[in-house]
Amino acid sequence: MTQGQILLHAGKCLAAVLTLAGPASAQGFAGLGTEAEGFALPDPAVPPAFPADHGAHPAFRIEWWYLTANLEGPDGRPYGLQWTLFRSALAPEAGSGWSAPQVWLGHAAVTTPEAQHVAQRLARGGIGQAGVQADPFEAWIDDWQMAGDSFDALTLSASGEAFSYAMTLEAEGPLVLHGQEGLSVKSPSGQSSYYYSQPFFEIEGTLELPEGTVPVTGEAWFDHEWSSQPLAEDQQGWDWFSLSFEGGARLMGFRLRGAEDYTSATWIAADGTPTAYAGESFAAEPLAQEGAEPPVRWRVTLPEQGVDVTVEALNPGAWMAVTPPYWEGPVTVSGSMAGRGYLEMTGYEAP
Amino acid sequence: MNRAVLSALLSHWRRAPLQLLTLVLGLALATGLWTGVQAINTEARSSYDAAAATLGEGAYDQLVPEDGGSIAQETYVALRRAGWQVSPVVEGRLAGQRLVGIDPLTAPGALAPVQVDGADIAAFLGAGEIFGRPEVLEALPETGARLVPDPGAAPGTALTDIGLAQRLLDRDGQIDRLVVAPGQPLGRPPLAEVAPALVLRPAQDGSDIGRLTDSFHLNLTAFGLLAFAVGIFIVHGAVGLSFEQRRPMLRTLRALGVPLRRLLALMGAELLGLALVAGILGVGLGWLMAALLLPNVAATLRGLYGAEVAGTLALRPGWLLSGLAVALIGTALASASAFARLARMPLLSGGQPRAWAMGAAGGRTVQTLAALALLGAAGALALWGKGLIAGFACLAALLLGGALALPLLLGLVLGAGERAAKGPLAQWFWADSRQQLPGLSLALMALLLAMAANVGVSTMVSSFRLTFTAFLDQRLAAELYVQAADPAQAERIEAIAAPATREILPLASVDRELEGAPGQVQMARDAQTYRDNWQFLRAVPGVWDRLAAGQGLLVNEQLFRRADLDLGDALEVAPGRALPVIGVYGDYGNPSGEAILGEEAFRRLYPDALPLRFGLRLPPDQVPALRAALEEAGVPQAAMTDQAALKAFSLGVFERTFSVTAALNVLTLGVAGFAILMSLLTLAAMRLPQLAPVWALGLTRARLGRLELIRAVLLAALTALAALPLGLALAWILLAVVNVEAFGWRLPMTLFPWDYARLGLLALLAALLAAAWPAWRLARTPPAALLKVFAGER
Repeated sequence: MTQGQILLHAGKCLAAVLTLAGPASAQGFAGLGTEAEGFALPDPAVPPAFPADHGAHPAFRIEWWYLTANLEGPDGRPYGLQWTLFRSALAPEAGSGWSAPQVWLGHAAVTTPEAQHVAQRLARGGIGQAGVQADPFEAWIDDWQMAGDSFDALTLSASGEAFSYAMTLEAEGPLVLHGQEGLSVKSPSGQSSYYYSQPFFEIEGTLELPEGTVPVTGEAWFDHEWSSQPLAEDQQGWDWFSLSFEGGARLMGFRLRGAEDYTSATWIAADGTPTAYAGESFAAEPLAQEGAEPPVRWRVTLPEQGVDVTVEALNPGAWMAVTPPYWEGPVTVSGSMAGRGYLEMTGYEAP
Repeated sequence: MNRAVLSALLSHWRRAPLQLLTLVLGLALATGLWTGVQAINTEARSSYDAAAATLGEGAYDQLVPEDGGSIAQETYVALRRAGWQVSPVVEGRLAGQRLVGIDPLTAPGALAPVQVDGADIAAFLGAGEIFGRPEVLEALPETGARLVPDPGAAPGTALTDIGLAQRLLDRDGQIDRLVVAPGQPLGRPPLAEVAPALVLRPAQDGSDIGRLTDSFHLNLTAFGLLAFAVGIFIVHGAVGLSFEQRRPMLRTLRALGVPLRRLLALMGAELLGLALVAGILGVGLGWLMAALLLPNVAATLRGLYGAEVAGTLALRPGWLLSGLAVALIGTALASASAFARLARMPLLSGGQPRAWAMGAAGGRTVQTLAALALLGAAGALALWGKGLIAGFACLAALLLGGALALPLLLGLVLGAGERAAKGPLAQWFWADSRQQLPGLSLALMALLLAMAANVGVSTMVSSFRLTFTAFLDQRLAAELYVQAADPAQAERIEAIAAPATREILPLASVDRELEGAPGQVQMARDAQTYRDNWQFLRAVPGVWDRLAAGQGLLVNEQLFRRADLDLGDALEVAPGRALPVIGVYGDYGNPSGEAILGEEAFRRLYPDALPLRFGLRLPPDQVPALRAALEEAGVPQAAMTDQAALKAFSLGVFERTFSVTAALNVLTLGVAGFAILMSLLTLAAMRLPQLAPVWALGLTRARLGRLELIRAVLLAALTALAALPLGLALAWILLAVVNVEAFGWRLPMTLFPWDYARLGLLALLAALLAAAWPAWRLARTPPAALLKVFAGER
């Protein structure tokens, strides 16, 4: 088998993890759309506990640490930044050495209004090339790192062939548990995952881009989610929004596209108090879409909180040309409320 | 009716089993030679494609330990965590097989070890999988890992995950080398900061090897094609004869009411069946030949290019089918004219077996014109043709034209002989030879082509060897090469080596754009070694003196041709500094341009490029002592190369190439000899009426037999003489047209008269052997048979 094929297989595996893609995952790598043999399942009686749950959960099949940021340069020019680490387990154990059944995948990106810079890393967990430890917090793959003595003050770095960045993060609010005490339901039939966020990071640092060094400041949103079987077999992809409104409130909402769409949302007040909405409350509909390409203008509503906004991509070409490919980029929010945020769309075709 | 007609047609073969044998064997031999050469080529190519992919050495830079030991796994992780995109490789021997362990997650894209579809990363990383050729997997001990047979894998190599490989080789935590991915991130710290014990080994330009081996394979292919052409001439002769001899039968069949169309169809079916049988035989023969020759070819390529080629043959359906197809196409080509004639045959004519041999005479003008046209086309293509296709078309036109011209040429010579002959017997001999010419001409054409092919290929291979030897002498002249780690060590090396050596050749180079393409500028000291060993394709007088004085530079042939330079043209080698070209040297296998400056000029233009590599000239028996002294001074063994040994080995390998060529020589000449034998045997029966009167006039049968023998040798000798210029023209086209089109450099052509003389003798021997039996039969013809000629009209 060629290297490419191995990577393709790795990609399929992680595609299943990341995009919850329906047809591919149903018979995809390691049967991710099917029963979770031997892997742990989320237990409503055991809510996340910190700092221990910042770390990795090797008994679960899949896990990710996800940071996105809306940034501004000194001239007010907007930028987006992404730092993601995925873990995929071949077996429910940590292990050590090359035989450890933990495969890690990193994605990093910087989005400007005109360009999208992307990098990807793959690593084996058992030899120390990638991993996450809870306290003091450190998540790394190769030279990419998110770390700090306390989870409230972190440094963040990543590099690719055409870009690199070094950032510091300061938490200005509490951690937010989604769903029922951190248990987020992902389909009508009850698939679920553990899911919490830190949506109140202040971020600053420098971007190294082909056009030069740019000092930036802004706000960042951190997600951590782990599960063993988060998707229903018919689900093809998702549209995920993390929005920050003027006034300090935040909104996390997603739409899982399947035989029937499944939506879920968390309204986060400026003080960090979460309100979970399942079922009909949250709605997101594309305002324009060409074929199977990712729609880059949306109407997003959550009537209970008076939200009826238009979400628009800063750079419609924020395509992540990695394995698996998806769309992820900064957005601006206008309508009943103004703000900015990040949008992730999986299961579409490359624009 | 079909059955009756078919059985009538087939009865011919019962009466003429020899003809059947000629047809089938001729076609089988032609197919066999073609298939065999194809098989060798395919096998060798796929072998080193796989090897190159597994090694990853051609395409990627690598990090290796400076001291030649192994790399700790912590060093690998440290490099990754510093941003270096490197991928670990461990390798060792397990049960005599080479076991290579890789990490599929970090290995760069083209490091394609094995080609298997549907494999699963979980199995590869998890329970473990080992990929390899079946024979390799069989040799491995039971490991618990799943064995995945992969015929496309490199020979002698098993491939698995690095974790499993470390465990099986008992080398936990150890890595042999790190493959450096082509894309590296921004802000990566220098290697010395992260892993000071490692050195970067640049990608070994695989193209050197690839291009040289390509040249070798192209030659083999040309050889196979020629051998096939020879075979087709034989088949053409046999088919033509069988049709001609069956004319009375065909007339009778048609008179009995068999439609022409059906007759043609049935004869076509008959030929198709024969072609299939012969094709299968031929593929078998080719297989046998390839299996016998492949170990030699494999050894050649392994030694020459370091490419591992499996010494055993895998049955590839591709060349089996192509062999059959070639047999069918060949038969169609060879029988087309016979069919055309049959289709035009009037119902009531052709009752007698008009001497088939005489038939060709009518087309003499046409043949002359065709031969001239083809030779003219070959000349035009050689002069003005562009591209590889034109090169091959030129080859084809030349050979076909040459073959068509042969009978005319022989006719002229024999006519001249006849006019010069004194005495009735001599006159009769010449006249009779000329009279036999049409019947023998196809066999002689086959001999001509075989001879020409052999002359051509021998010239090419020998020229290739001479060139390569000279190239090795040029490039590997020094007895010992030493690589210094830094300028300080370089000074120490020079100090230690100076008293022990005859000459020290410091080597330095900078990579630089030359005439708009990446290239290299090198430094050459004014040394006797260079003056003795370097040969120039073109150079001004006193080239070394002028180079040393900084009055010019040398360029390699690739740059010379690509930039369309001429001696005296200026070439920019440093910003704003151009020097005239004073010499051009052959640089076989190097794809990029290269320029050489004198030492003084180089040091002035590139003061920072200090020589770190040295060629040391000293008596070979003192090499070990100097090595020891250098090692004591801290130069690692790995930094010293004894090039003399390497060179001797490379040259030894060439000898094996020759055994392959020699075997092919004998085979093709054997095929041609066979063609002559068959033609003579066929003619023998027809010639009785012509010989009987001579016998009756008093010539003994034994004398007649001897004359037959002499005639065969005479004709073969004339053909061999004609083949020499044709073969040389063929070699010239291969070296100067096809090679340049295919690889961008021209191999200088050298003549090898002794080889040609030996080939000529072989051709005569083949003709002698072929004529021996018919002559012997003639000498033993019962007088009654000769008398019967006068007994009545046939």
